[in-house]
Amino acid sequence: MITIVDYAINNLHSVQNAFRSLKIPSQISQDPETIRSARKLILPGVGAFGDAMENLRARKLVELLRGKADDGTPLLGLCLGLQLLFSESEEFGPVAGLDCIPGRVRRLPPEVQVPHIGWNQLHLVKSDPLLEGVAEGSFVYFVHSYYADPVDAGHVVATTDYGIDFTAVTRKGNVWATQFHPEKSQDVGLRILRNFAGL
Amino acid sequence: MLAKRIIPCLDVDRGRVVKGVHFVDLVDAGDPVECGKRYDRQGADELVFLDITASSDDRHTMVEVVQRVAESIFIPFTVGGGIRDTGDVQKILHAGADKVSLNTAAVKNPQLVRAGAEKFGSQCMVVAIDAKRTAAAPGPAWEIYIHGGRTPTGLDALDWAEQAESLGAGEILLTSMDRDGTQVGYDLELLQAVTSRVGIPVIASGGVGTLEHLFQGLTLGGAHAALAASIFHFGTHTLQQAKDYLRARGVVVR
Repeated sequence: MITIVDYAINNLHSVQNAFRSLKIPSQISQDPETIRSARKLILPGVGAFGDAMENLRARKLVELLRGKADDGTPLLGLCLGLQLLFSESEEFGPVAGLDCIPGRVRRLPPEVQVPHIGWNQLHLVKSDPLLEGVAEGSFVYFVHSYYADPVDAGHVVATTDYGIDFTAVTRKGNVWATQFHPEKSQDVGLRILRNFAGL
Repeated sequence: MLAKRIIPCLDVDRGRVVKGVHFVDLVDAGDPVECGKRYDRQGADELVFLDITASSDDRHTMVEVVQRVAESIFIPFTVGGGIRDTGDVQKILHAGADKVSLNTAAVKNPQLVRAGAEKFGSQCMVVAIDAKRTAAAPGPAWEIYIHGGRTPTGLDALDWAEQAESLGAGEILLTSMDRDGTQVGYDLELLQAVTSRVGIPVIASGGVGTLEHLFQGLTLGGAHAALAASIFHFGTHTLQQAKDYLRARGVVVR
């Protein structure tokens, strides 16, 4: 069972629909006890960084999620969920994040159109079970204005070029995250979600 | 590289996909869930669903259809038609849409675009513009129409596009009423005029009959995405053929 963390944002059902089509059991929950006992966690996200941290705090999920990241539970952040896993964000900030992966969330450079919306390519930096079967150059769907800049380049699994080469997939131990939306990235995205379920 | 998007559009009337010429003479083109699934499998980059008679119909049917389509596709999904306030926006997003497309409501109440962008983010606010060429100068070259193309507004399409961007729209879905359903190609002058006026992505719509037309809209027209209905619904071309053709002509597609 995969637990999708509900903190009052919108794309939860898309993630659950994707798992349903893969015949992988998942549940949406905001209950701290359910989340505490989860075997695998998805932290989705759409919206602003500060609001999202506020919502997590209001639901008493900040320490809980940090604890789950520390105890080895596989955790996958999606889009804003990726950004929340980092130390802090520049968006209306600096605002502190969950700090599971050291690094800062920065605004995309001014020379490109922001938000970055659409299908862009993954460039694989190293092999990782999350991306098993995903070919170099695969297109995935992005919608974002900020990107994460990890302190340790070793935490970068794949990048995407949009004005700069930014982190599209990151991993630190049992914590993975994608800047794009796998649940909206058709076959490639479904493959990634299936890989996560199989970890 | 960021790919150009090919977007099939489902015009939905009372729960069925339809297609007309110049916005009238509707022909049945199938079940929305089946069409959506087929396009998702075929490689559509996004799906647009416009409830063309929403203003006069039962809203529940629409929310229910949106939900069923959203459950069966794994690409971004935009829904428009009859959305009047932020409550409607929320309902549609909650039903599983990723973006809403506002047309009449945005023209009548531009602050709705701003309110939606502030509450849900610019990325989910699409402003749809139905533009028609006007007789002659002086005055705007293209006028916008509302109520599904039935009501002229006297407003200049280019000015409105610019205003929509400044209100926080994330994208513009630009339909040429003169070309809609005619299959003679996009109104490239209209596209060029709008894409050079705004910084946000423009989705070209109205008039695609051949794959060459898609190419023209995405290159000469400057559009980020090409929307088409007739050529896909009636099997003239598949999405794969469209992608192969564009790739061969040097356009980056998924």
